[in-house]
Amino acid sequence: AWASYMTNSPTLIVMIGLPARGKTYMSKKLTRYLNWIGVPTKVFNLGVYRREAVKSYKSYDFFRHDNKEAMEIRKRCALVALEDVKAYLMEECGQIAVRHFWIKPMVVSHLISSKLSRGFGTLTVFFVESVCDDPEVIAANILEVKVSSPDYPERNRENVMDDFLKRIECYKVTYQPLDPDEYDRDLSFIKVINVGQRFLVNRVQDYIQSKIVYYLMNIHVQPRTIYLCRHGESEYNLVGKIGGDSGLSPRGKQFAQALKKFIEEQEIVDLKVWTSQLKRTIQTAESLGVTYEQWKILNEIDAGVCEEMTYAEIEAKYPDEFALRDQEKYLYRYPGGESYQDLVQRLEPVIMELERQGNVLVISHQAVMRCLLAYFLDKSADELPYLRCPLHTIFKLTPVAYGCKVETITLNVEAVNTHRDKPSLNSNNLPKSQTPVRMRRNSFTPLASADTIKRPRNYSVGSKPLNLLGSFLFPE
Amino acid sequence: ASLSVCMTNCPTLIVMVGLPARGKTYISKKLTRYLNWIGVPTKEFNVGQYRRDLVKKYKSFEFFLPDNEEGLKIRRQCALTALNDVRQYLSEENGHVAVFDATNTTRERRETIYKFGEENGYKTFFVESVCVDPEVIAANIVQVKLGSPDYVDCSNDEATEDFMKRIECYKNSYETLDETLDKDLSYIKIMDVGRSYLVNRVMDHIQSRIVYYLMNIHVTPRSIYLCRHGESELNLKGRIGGDPGLSVRGKEFAKSLAQFINEQNIKDLKVWTSQMKRTIQTAEALGVPYEQWKVLNEIDAGVCEEMTYEEIQENYPLEFALRDQDKYRYRYPKGESYEDLVQRLEPVIMELERQENVLVICHQAVMRCLLAYFLDKPAEQLPYLKCPLHTVLKLTPVAYGCKVESIFLNVEAVNTHRDKPEVRISFPSENSV
Repeated sequence: AWASYMTNSPTLIVMIGLPARGKTYMSKKLTRYLNWIGVPTKVFNLGVYRREAVKSYKSYDFFRHDNKEAMEIRKRCALVALEDVKAYLMEECGQIAVRHFWIKPMVVSHLISSKLSRGFGTLTVFFVESVCDDPEVIAANILEVKVSSPDYPERNRENVMDDFLKRIECYKVTYQPLDPDEYDRDLSFIKVINVGQRFLVNRVQDYIQSKIVYYLMNIHVQPRTIYLCRHGESEYNLVGKIGGDSGLSPRGKQFAQALKKFIEEQEIVDLKVWTSQLKRTIQTAESLGVTYEQWKILNEIDAGVCEEMTYAEIEAKYPDEFALRDQEKYLYRYPGGESYQDLVQRLEPVIMELERQGNVLVISHQAVMRCLLAYFLDKSADELPYLRCPLHTIFKLTPVAYGCKVETITLNVEAVNTHRDKPSLNSNNLPKSQTPVRMRRNSFTPLASADTIKRPRNYSVGSKPLNLLGSFLFPE
Repeated sequence: ASLSVCMTNCPTLIVMVGLPARGKTYISKKLTRYLNWIGVPTKEFNVGQYRRDLVKKYKSFEFFLPDNEEGLKIRRQCALTALNDVRQYLSEENGHVAVFDATNTTRERRETIYKFGEENGYKTFFVESVCVDPEVIAANIVQVKLGSPDYVDCSNDEATEDFMKRIECYKNSYETLDETLDKDLSYIKIMDVGRSYLVNRVMDHIQSRIVYYLMNIHVTPRSIYLCRHGESELNLKGRIGGDPGLSVRGKEFAKSLAQFINEQNIKDLKVWTSQMKRTIQTAEALGVPYEQWKVLNEIDAGVCEEMTYEEIQENYPLEFALRDQDKYRYRYPKGESYEDLVQRLEPVIMELERQENVLVICHQAVMRCLLAYFLDKPAEQLPYLKCPLHTVLKLTPVAYGCKVESIFLNVEAVNTHRDKPEVRISFPSENSV
């Protein structure tokens, strides 16, 4: 992935801040984004380690700074977590580990250099601090994510709020915010103040840190909804041809009308509408009777020499290509065309702008929509090309807690099915060579290219079930 | 519609803040160049220039003394004239962004400008540069002040002495942007030439792009080398596009390039190519690691790929003519336009800004776009910039611009350049672009 070529040494991102400041929210979002752009990232949440060590949470007393026994436990958890971080970065070829810490940043920095740098060469550390003094924001955070935490099984709101606020007080005694003018001036960090109203950025060292900073500066927590759908059924859809630039079929036009009605019924405030620069999405948007913006980068995946062919024709004319694609659909690049991986790279500005915006409707294409959906729903590169995005169906995404609520709404207009499941592998169909998946068929792939390390995509917290060995984590 | 046009609705007024010799003009000019290149019409207004136009001859730093009534009057007048021109540019001439380059060191002055912005419906964004490192300041003075029209009759020592006193005139009344007092303003505060930044209340897309850009530029001396792939087989046949390999002369060029790079003795040189054979084969000859960028691929000529210009004229005469009418915006059917190319090259520019010494081996149209960015060439000129084969352009940032050296590596090649033709036939209105 292009983004990971820009990072040579692994990075450890350390989250800092009092409880209920959005550290976990930012870690998860950042991890999801980094994995999506192809930089293997994983979150290591101290709270989860603590919950494993201390089976049942009693009260905020655990967090008092003078509670020696508890301090011991928390220190041990930190060390276990660090071991896991080390394993992830070294053995699993992870690129970035995101951690929460509750001790002084300079101490962390030294701790990390001594414990982890053996075996790395260089480990870059980047701190992300969240500072907030707005009591309304803090209360809202507590209600949104703490009330449902495993620490509070009874979920009595008042009790939770009360205990949690006392927990915060325990931390305040020893909390020292990052000090850019003196003590911490040599560290690399971003301080996010009051949920993104203000940022202090210090000593950004490399490309990946500048991407992280840019991302954190563009996300917001205002409630809003994103609607994703494909263009209405097209003439080419009807005959099973992929790509091209055909117009809507009669049923496609019907869908456009139904979409207009749906949007009106939803009564969305300040809805922005985006399309690609291909006829079929533009025609769909035209029926809505509202202003819309055309993005070239929302155009469908370029199928190169296979443009405007049916799958049957491709299989007949390019059987090797056809088989290769089924082997590695995410990485496979059509000769003269693109791969899903290329698509993700080109869609990155769309994601960044979606993060900045409020309510948006994106009318796009099958492969494009799969990439966008994979970002919001944290789907891996293996799952991405097989996500179901049928015609005439709208995905309504609403950010909630640490993730995204999805509603699928099928507008009652029939359409062809353009989905191809991942075929079961028949060994007799596989061509001899396994590795040339990344090769462009009609170009020369040199030996000296950096393009030889296959980096696995990893999941962030919440997508996989708990592994008792401790390296995967519970969703909170 | 291009991305940038959709993203800016009301005009933006960028206000520079900072003591003299803190890089305000450097930042204004660079930012203006970047915004224009990505398609956001931007213009900078340097109040110092207005002062020079009004007060024909600069005498000494005493003009800037805080109690010099006449000086203050003139300076105030210049600021107002400049603001008037800003209003004309943004409200009457379809400008999107205006960069108001002056010290603007007092809260009162900034308040006046902010009100001006509000009255006219502009969004105001402040860019402050704070620097206390005497070495940096001294270097700035040497780079850009000694050669200023103000000091044309002075020795270097006299100029430096006078300029330092000029800075002192501002120091007592300097009110830096404050986290509490200015918390409702939108701004970025750049500390120590980019060591750290304070960013407050970014309001919209264009401001977030500006912030990202400012956080990625640096002033470390370095050079950028731009060249095309060696002559290709299709070049020899006069065909455009495609994915051919190098011709015999092209391979010779690759070897010459390797020799040239060695001789230049460049520290930590990064080498970038596109994902097309001809640039990759060129880089292979260098024997150093290189990165392939798909976005550096040549402009996609769509249905005209691999045709000669004669064939295009024969088979698509209308397209051929349309392209000559507006080469920057013209998009090949199923292909791209130069305008599309600029949009796809923006991450390359951003990364070039972050990097230090880089050699980019690319293609004719791509190189024209990159060159236009560095040399501040407008859209009309961009598609006609001369980028011949087998010639390396060495760009070195200097003062407010870029020094260019053109080095032909003595290996003959075909000429692939087409000048802008004179328009002989006039088209009926339905057919014009």
